[in-house]
Amino acid sequence: MAYSDKVIEHYENPRNVGTFDKGDEEIGTGLVGAPACGDVMRLQIKVKDGVITDAKFKTFGCGSAIASSSLATEMIKGMTLEQAETIKNTQIVEELNLPPVKIHCSVLAEDAIKAAIDDYKKRHAR
Amino acid sequence: MAVQLPIFMDNHSTTPVDPRVVETMVPYFTTMFGNAASRNHVFGWTAEAAVEAARGQIAALIGGEAKEIVLTSGATEADNLAIKGVASFYRKQGNHIVTLETEHKAILDSCKRMQREGYEVTYLKPGKDGLVTPEQVAEAVGPKTLLVSIMLANNEIGVVQDLAAIGAAIKAKNPKTLFHSDAVQGAGKVPIDVHEMKLDLVSLSAHKMYGPKGVGALWVRRKPRVRLDPMIDGGGHERGMRSGTLAVPLIVGFGKACELAAAEMETEALRMRALRDRLYRGITSQLTETYVNGSMERRLPGNLNISFAFVEGESLLMALKDVAVSSGSACTSASLEPSYVLRALGVGDELAHTSIRFGLGRFNTEDEVDYVVDLVVKSVNRLRELSPLWEMHQDGIDIASIQWTPH
Repeated sequence: MAYSDKVIEHYENPRNVGTFDKGDEEIGTGLVGAPACGDVMRLQIKVKDGVITDAKFKTFGCGSAIASSSLATEMIKGMTLEQAETIKNTQIVEELNLPPVKIHCSVLAEDAIKAAIDDYKKRHAR
Repeated sequence: MAVQLPIFMDNHSTTPVDPRVVETMVPYFTTMFGNAASRNHVFGWTAEAAVEAARGQIAALIGGEAKEIVLTSGATEADNLAIKGVASFYRKQGNHIVTLETEHKAILDSCKRMQREGYEVTYLKPGKDGLVTPEQVAEAVGPKTLLVSIMLANNEIGVVQDLAAIGAAIKAKNPKTLFHSDAVQGAGKVPIDVHEMKLDLVSLSAHKMYGPKGVGALWVRRKPRVRLDPMIDGGGHERGMRSGTLAVPLIVGFGKACELAAAEMETEALRMRALRDRLYRGITSQLTETYVNGSMERRLPGNLNISFAFVEGESLLMALKDVAVSSGSACTSASLEPSYVLRALGVGDELAHTSIRFGLGRFNTEDEVDYVVDLVVKSVNRLRELSPLWEMHQDGIDIASIQWTPH
């Protein structure tokens, strides 16, 4: 399968790779997917006053999965939690020109964003 | 170190045609273009003589006779003809077929079709090493078993079955059961003797052994005579088993490819093994958490199938963009399922997704192997830095203990 230039670009130069301390107050962590399915994404957000000031990811998966999560971290930086919650996988599909068989990668990235926000909210619900 | 890119290391999928093979084919496209079935002029006779010579070369590779070669469009057709043709012809004598879970789809799908037509099929499960034991096969054979089909070498993991022992076990259990082997991957690489292996039918393909695409053969034993119902009716070519005008230039090339493979097998096997071992050592001495799939001892000299834990196969293929190899990862298949071969071996899906198949061939060099080793090591390390699973593994977290959400 031929990859789009944008997928290749993100795959070769992934943005925001790394790990935040899970225990940190300002951090929310989303871990989605399964090794047996061939993709696992971990996306973390750093939140200050309801705004995502930083994001990091690590992904086990195909090039499109890596590109989707890399793009997702770029998109949410600077957004409020409410704004980030409205991100749809179709935005990622469009931006990366993902073919139909790779749409699940964008869905997983959307799930990862939501999971990270949920985690942050749960930890601050008390 | 001067390597030319891209590097082809996917010789199980196909092989380039050897220039010596091309050379023998060329005249049969232009000046000697006759129809081998034309009995009344020199063009036909020349073509027929060339085809007969090629049959001899093909048969010699497996210890058979020229007259026993049924030429086909390739091994998929040969496999179909063997399974369906035998099952149909002998249906009054039984209804049972035995095969292996790790066979090529041409065998498995033919067997499934026969099931839909009322035959019973036993799919044997190989061991963790990819090998089936003669005892396992014998146990599955009964009085109603028409045919056993066991491949010589596997196309993904390269493991080589012990056909001589399996053939003996089949015949001891039921002398009437016919024994077929899809020998596509092994032919020309490891020795085959149809008599020693007690084979009745053998499928071969030219393009896996430096011959042209579009031609293959089914060897069908004459003594004692093995019969089958044809699938293609027409002019009664190939002793009535496969009608259709013979592709003379392709057949001539197939013959030459077999001759070369037979002549060079011994030295070439040593060279392949040395390259493969260099590849294996280069990778495993620099990377941890790698797992070879299938037996290392009984394996084609040019095959290495290895899982790189925590690195998804397709993403690794993407990093190896100037190197043609293949992966058992689901992402590389249309079905989105990881390799059924690795699954049959009991390899977990998470490791199957990380497998890469290297298929070394006649035209690979030591420099190419060294280049690939460096690239693989560099790429796996980079992708592991990107992998949350690798990080968890480094932190001592058991990946299996996590509640994953399959999607």
